[in-house]
Amino acid sequence: MGDSQYSFSLTTFSPSGKLVQIEHALTAVGSGQTSLGIKVIPVIAAANGVVIATEKKLPSILVDETSVQKIQILTPNIGVVYSGMGPDSRVLVRKSRKQAEQYQRLYKEPIPVTQLVRETAAVMQEFTQSGGVRPFGVSLLVAGYDDKGPQLYQVDPSGSYFSWKASAMGKNVSNAKAFLEKRYTDDMELDDAVHTAILTLKEGVLTPAEIEDYLQEVE
Amino acid sequence: MSIFEYNGSALVAMVGKNCFAIASDRRLGVQLQTVATDFQRIFKIHDKLFVGLSGLATDAQTLYQRLVFRHKLYQLREERDMKPETFASLVSAILYEKRFGPYFCQPVIAGLGDEDKPFICTMDSIGAKELAKDFVVAGTASESLYGACESMFKPDMEPEELFETISQALLSSVDRDCLSGWGGHVYVV
Repeated sequence: MGDSQYSFSLTTFSPSGKLVQIEHALTAVGSGQTSLGIKVIPVIAAANGVVIATEKKLPSILVDETSVQKIQILTPNIGVVYSGMGPDSRVLVRKSRKQAEQYQRLYKEPIPVTQLVRETAAVMQEFTQSGGVRPFGVSLLVAGYDDKGPQLYQVDPSGSYFSWKASAMGKNVSNAKAFLEKRYTDDMELDDAVHTAILTLKEGVLTPAEIEDYLQEVE
Repeated sequence: MSIFEYNGSALVAMVGKNCFAIASDRRLGVQLQTVATDFQRIFKIHDKLFVGLSGLATDAQTLYQRLVFRHKLYQLREERDMKPETFASLVSAILYEKRFGPYFCQPVIAGLGDEDKPFICTMDSIGAKELAKDFVVAGTASESLYGACESMFKPDMEPEELFETISQALLSSVDRDCLSGWGGHVYVV
């Protein structure tokens, strides 16, 4: 990883004990487009799952929107959405897909969500310590379903990961999180969660006309 | 004499009603000389998973150590025991890694999977899995074992009857093989 001439890390401690590069990476994430996820575990097991959503604002109306894929699939049971730098997320998606396939090849079993998150986070941490590389400028929301039920994890540029019932990242994160805190209930249904996701994105993101469209689609 | 026959071994596993049995002989030889009569060929991976390793004894022991290592790491990472099917895939992968310089072992894997459904399988020394619903055999006495199991096996036996059947099959087969014998170890789960 990195040139042999760069056998020293570019991410070093400041006197206050912070890794400034990671702080800057988190700033890059914070100015990225909003994305959020909501985990649904109602009493009826058949109706549980995870919802992930993101704002897809394209720089111009001339851009072919079908070519832009912000929400990506890692395995048939695990999907991911990001906030921050698109190209960095593509590298991580590629690596994670490979890791998931290697697990599948070894054990002939689909990879559990926690294991994939752990390995992805390990990659992100590597890039904060290896020579000649910079941290990834993305935070990922990994949503998946396995034997333990629906799961939602956030992975940061530092390599730390957290399991959430509902979370948001990117621009307007404080508004979005406050909204989610108010609206989230443990006995939500999947349709409610989709609705809530769209309404959360509305908080300072989508225009009223767009919201009408999406709400109609959901109904 | 082939390298697989150097130490001599006999292994058999059978499926019963919500249970399984795995049995091996106890002889360790150096070609025709008997060196030990209490050699362990069947190892516990966890409460519901056993593996028996026939063939060259040194490879059997080393392979067992590697498998225990992998399973312990799996347990620590995933906070659960490995399912027998998963373990079988792992053994197959580990054996194939050494495709051009193999372990001279034939493993027999027996375990209880989800909802205590019995699972048995065997594979050759480079990892070709052979699943079976009734019984699997391995070792120098395998031909006799095939014959004995085929005639003595019945589906859905209770643990007590399964124990009797597998013991009789093992003992009568090793009696016809000079390289295996000196008693047997039987595990019924």
